[in-house]
Amino acid sequence: MAVLLAVSRSGVAPAAAWSVSLVSCRRLAGAPADTVYDVVVSGGGLVGAAMACALGHDIHFHDKKILLLEAGPKKVLEKLPETYSNRVSSISPGSATLLSSFGAWDHICNMRYRAFRRMQVWDACSEALIMFDKDHLDDMGYIVENDVIMHALTKQLEAASDRVTVLYRSKAVGYTWPYPFPTSDSSPWVHITLGDGSTLQTKLLIGADGHNSGVRQAAGIQNVSWNYDQSAVVATLHLLEATENNVAWQRFLPSGPIALLPLSDTLSSLVWSTSHDHAAELVSMDEENFVDAINSAFWSDANHTDFIDSASNMLHYAVAFLKPTKASARQLPPSIAGVDAKSRVLFPLGLGHAAEYVRPRLALIGDAAHRVHPLAGQGVNMGFGDISSLVYHLSTAAFNGKDLGSMSHLTGYETDRQRHNTALLAATDLLKRLYSTSATPLVLLRTWGLQATNAVSPLKEQIMAFASK
Amino acid sequence: MWGARKLSSFGSGFLGVLRSGCWGSQAGCPRLTSLAVYSENQLSWTLKIKPWVFQEYRIMCSRSYRMTFACLNTMKTYRYPWTRRYSTSQTTVDSSEVKTFLALAHRWWDEQGVYAPLHSMNDLRVPFIRDNLLKTVANHQPGKPLSGMKILDVGCGGGLLTEPLGRLGASVIGIDPVDENIKTAQRHKSFDPVLDKRIEYRACSLEEIVGETTETFDGVVASEVVEHVIDLETFIQCCCQVLKPGGSLFITTINKTQLSYALGIVFAEQIAGIVPKGTHTWEKFVSPEKLESILESNGLSVQTVAGMLYNPFSGYWHWIENTSLNYAAHAVKHPHPGPAELVFEGEADVPAKASTNPGVREEPKE
Repeated sequence: MAVLLAVSRSGVAPAAAWSVSLVSCRRLAGAPADTVYDVVVSGGGLVGAAMACALGHDIHFHDKKILLLEAGPKKVLEKLPETYSNRVSSISPGSATLLSSFGAWDHICNMRYRAFRRMQVWDACSEALIMFDKDHLDDMGYIVENDVIMHALTKQLEAASDRVTVLYRSKAVGYTWPYPFPTSDSSPWVHITLGDGSTLQTKLLIGADGHNSGVRQAAGIQNVSWNYDQSAVVATLHLLEATENNVAWQRFLPSGPIALLPLSDTLSSLVWSTSHDHAAELVSMDEENFVDAINSAFWSDANHTDFIDSASNMLHYAVAFLKPTKASARQLPPSIAGVDAKSRVLFPLGLGHAAEYVRPRLALIGDAAHRVHPLAGQGVNMGFGDISSLVYHLSTAAFNGKDLGSMSHLTGYETDRQRHNTALLAATDLLKRLYSTSATPLVLLRTWGLQATNAVSPLKEQIMAFASK
Repeated sequence: MWGARKLSSFGSGFLGVLRSGCWGSQAGCPRLTSLAVYSENQLSWTLKIKPWVFQEYRIMCSRSYRMTFACLNTMKTYRYPWTRRYSTSQTTVDSSEVKTFLALAHRWWDEQGVYAPLHSMNDLRVPFIRDNLLKTVANHQPGKPLSGMKILDVGCGGGLLTEPLGRLGASVIGIDPVDENIKTAQRHKSFDPVLDKRIEYRACSLEEIVGETTETFDGVVASEVVEHVIDLETFIQCCCQVLKPGGSLFITTINKTQLSYALGIVFAEQIAGIVPKGTHTWEKFVSPEKLESILESNGLSVQTVAGMLYNPFSGYWHWIENTSLNYAAHAVKHPHPGPAELVFEGEADVPAKASTNPGVREEPKE
């Protein structure tokens, strides 16, 4: 073989790779009776289901076969429950656009969601704050229960059922990848074995199976990850009095950020990231103490120091002197009166990022590719952003008659998204670290930094534009 | 223009020398005689020798140039139906060459391999074909815009262009004279149940299917083929004959003038003084002007000629105005064909009328 290929114009290196793969390629030769799908999405969570939906409703995918694999049962809300779910997502305008592109947003609008127009972020160790708002009263984002999004997606999957097959209670247990160097004997597709022993083939496998992605592990893609020393406590909270409630509040405590997201005039959702012990304590304490803890977390000035306060005032006056008109008024968060019973849960936080998002015939999206701290409310939006990008690239590829699993357009997706996601990941990680300390120099730095950012409108607009993608 | 012409003749002279140089070392006589299968035209041996030209060339030139031209070279050399046929069917052929081809037949579908430029050329030629074909229909089926159309891919090789057209819904017949290519193409499409139905491959030459497929196709594609055919005039006639009136012929090829120019510069810098003047093989290569005139004289009206540029560093092709290296052409068959007919706009709007083409002569058989 080596002699034969030595004369080839392609050089010797690929030839060697080929002879190696020849040795073990036989097992792929059989089983031609399997169904061949154009795209298989592994994982039917918010991101996986939205991916299948987006492809199913794409005009250039009308002739394609798509399969969604979901380990859990089919979730339909027969009717909207009275009580709000404690699992909510902050949906950016960009994500809402994606959801409308295949009709899911209409379902969400017909059920329930809450728009917020402003976002106030402030420091527990100083007076520094940043206020994001849109001059023309555009929505900055929407707080939607995950169950509601899931229901809308399930509806839209049903609407595209001639193109999208959904297998509930099915889990892929084995993946066989095609050889990187195609030989004429081996199947070029990804072979998937399901839990029940059945097998199928796909031209493109999309891994949307969360931060412990089995697809990613099976493909041997490196994942940079670490756990934060924090857990997030979520709960549904009752406000003391009904308000307009269209502001998302977030305060950075030395133990971690606490956020209050509007659900209705009288309800808000809590996401409180704090140390594991404190989180466990918060979940187990009685309702009254829990409410007190939240109120004091938002209102307490115990972490303030005189030095930082005067330094912060100095900059505040300087800015006010330079830009006398543009003074953003500090607003006060609503007081909490109670908590929904059984709505308190905690989950550990971590960061993760896959070294590669794509391989031949494989793409990772959502948490399978990146896991982020919830402080920026970007987790699911990054996933939806992945979908927008991947659908764009796949749709173009389909209209150009390309093989969907080809790296030539998958790398386009990877480049687009890694550029965006790594920036966001790094920024949230930096913020998390910067605000986890109460050391004076760093507090001073972040106080001035936040105040300066708040004073420079173009910079703020940039941040908003980036976060609302 | 005069500059290009001048350089062209310079380049052709250089190639002439290489040819004669290689000729002696490669036991050329059997090749020359067996070539008569396709044509008596002695110029055609130019093409046979090309692999050796490039072998020499690769040894001598720098790496970056090798990247640029080796890609073009491999692309050209193997998508090269007439020669390939000869190479695999004649016993007098250098056996190492055959082995090379056989080994490479597996590699048609390696996107990063020797055919990478052909894979990425699909980004240009598939939309080019698709959009021009879609101009002739009022609306199309979403997901498979070319459904209902019949396309002939002449010199399909491993099916690199055939499959995308099939995915767009067209019924495609891919022909290639090299059995190995057709086997590879056949095997590859067999994994895809949809393409398996839409595509048919045949190991034959264009002349062999003209009789049974007269006025059958909405589109004929000859991508990276025409610069290798021995008798371009006959080849175009055959293409025209199998096209329905109003059907489209798509050609992509290389304007050899500038390629040889580039080679000439490279070689002249490295092995100066070996280039003689006054070689006559230049007419063999296809300039857009010559191609246009052949197309027009055979009852096809040329709609578009556009330049293509390959960037060997990015691996992508781009449309450019300049046609001095690679170019693509789209021509539409006249409903009332005639050699002297003028080009007119809105070809697609003219009602298709079945008529035999008086301009087509009987092509020579083997």
